[in-house]
Amino acid sequence: MADEPLVLGIETSCDETGVGIVRGTTLLADAVASSVDEHARFGGVVPEVASRAHLEAMVPTIDRALKEAGVGAKDLDGIAVTAGPGLAGALLVGVSAAKTYAYALGKPLYGVNHLASHICVDQLEHGPLPEPTMALLVSGGHSSLLLSSDITSDVRPMGATIDDAAGEAFDKIARVLNLGFPGGPVIDRYAREGDPAAIAFPRGLTGPRDPAYDFSFSGLKTAVARWIEARRAAGEEVPVRDVAASFQEAVVDVLTRKAVRACKDEGVDHLMIGGGVAANSRLRVLAQERCEKAGIRLRVPRPKLCTDNGAMVAALGAEMVARGRAASSWDLSADSSLPVTDPHVPGRDPGHDHDHVHEAGGENLYS
Amino acid sequence: MLLLALDTATPAVTVALHDGTDVIASSSQVDARRHGELLLPAVDRLLTEAGRALDAVTAVVVGVGPGPYTGLRVGLMTADTFGLALGVPVHGLCTLDGLAYASDLSGPFVVATDARRKEVYWARYDDSRTRVTEPAVDRPADIAGQVAGLPAVGAGALLYPDTFPNAHEPEHVSAAALASLAAERLAAGEELPAPRPLYLRRPDAQVPKNYKVVTPK
Ligand SMILES: [Zn+2]
Repeated sequence: MADEPLVLGIETSCDETGVGIVRGTTLLADAVASSVDEHARFGGVVPEVASRAHLEAMVPTIDRALKEAGVGAKDLDGIAVTAGPGLAGALLVGVSAAKTYAYALGKPLYGVNHLASHICVDQLEHGPLPEPTMALLVSGGHSSLLLSSDITSDVRPMGATIDDAAGEAFDKIARVLNLGFPGGPVIDRYAREGDPAAIAFPRGLTGPRDPAYDFSFSGLKTAVARWIEARRAAGEEVPVRDVAASFQEAVVDVLTRKAVRACKDEGVDHLMIGGGVAANSRLRVLAQERCEKAGIRLRVPRPKLCTDNGAMVAALGAEMVARGRAASSWDLSADSSLPVTDPHVPGRDPGHDHDHVHEAGGENLYS
Repeated sequence: MLLLALDTATPAVTVALHDGTDVIASSSQVDARRHGELLLPAVDRLLTEAGRALDAVTAVVVGVGPGPYTGLRVGLMTADTFGLALGVPVHGLCTLDGLAYASDLSGPFVVATDARRKEVYWARYDDSRTRVTEPAVDRPADIAGQVAGLPAVGAGALLYPDTFPNAHEPEHVSAAALASLAAERLAAGEELPAPRPLYLRRPDAQVPKNYKVVTPK
């Protein structure tokens, strides 16, 4: 185990400043500083507020992660960072920190994909990913079904949302119900005391001619808002718990149904669910039920590993090191729309991977 | 002593090394959209050119702006992280002060950089080492009275000749000037400010009004 790669990962694609440290598939530290409270009054993440917070939080969060892991910076085998997708200005703060840290320590740098990291983090909880793995990623920024045969080199998109992300729908419905931001946890809480069958809200893109693996939550969102407005217009009380439960049921019903179908169609007997919405209690229960029925093994990391964090980036970075993938170059840029099919951003001259550190900077490190 | 200076608060990505006596190497590239890509390779080349190793650096000096935020943060984050990894102090200097120092003017003058959105970041100086106003962000026309008759330097001054008829080079800050100014102040026993960004504007963000009603009227 001691010869497994020790990697520090930095994540700044949205509003969490995350720094994690892993050794192979073992989690050593997961330090997160969140600016979520600063965004709450705006009802959504404000990119400039997030970027400012990342700059402030970065050095203390790296320090905290090193202490938590009980390792020294010099012992690290590599530095990984989210290169995209995400908020451009926010990503750039993390990329600037990661490349400087890697350069100054004389370690290789790995710019990795945020979505692939969300999948790879499960290795820290349930051990090496089965290959292939079907993954359902659901958060405020993304909702997609991905099939990966090797998380460092092959991630294939099966389907994705054609409008809102699932987490966005939670935020919007929470706002209509005046429950505040973020919407996911509070809807989950109210839904537990409500009846999921009280109101029949629509299931988007579930018709026989609809794309099998794509999602749509915009119509659902509008239907829920209309239903609430009609109650209010009639001077009736809005049954918040039933609305929350019925809305949530409509979302998780479609998510789990399509994910299980994708597994069956592709003959994959494992499903992993990641992203912030994977913390939703009803999604976890329903996915478990349906997977069991279909003979599929479900893997969902604990909620803290589902939301954005640095450990997931470190997990993918460690896998890059273990599989000998090319490091990134010192001019690595943040790419707000990095395609999911690029699990990492290798340097431009892959013929010289192994000399990478040596070539760019290694010689200038020590006097 | 070996100071590593960098600034990304203007369209220039600029780096320099100062040994306490002189600037021993420096470089500047002007590309407002690629600060993130250009900065670290520039530092690497700087060390090669100077024949110095990174572990010989004794302090980092960074321009804290004011400047457009996304680029500005690249320099600050890089400086902070060098400080962390090398275990050396990180000092901040106002970017406008670096431009003023490089201007070499002896009488009163103005430094103005481009703040975009038809505004400038600016401050007034009595001479190249003495700033007499806090850095501010304003529309050029609104400060015409305060800068009338004064020579001016910086891209913001060159961009608005109506307000700054007597504008000239330097256009952008150089890390060499920033390093020299820092070395001078440190030699005089002055304590340099912490590397805190000068944004001067609040983030663009609006508290949403009530949600949009979706029911047709
Ligand atoms: Zn995410």
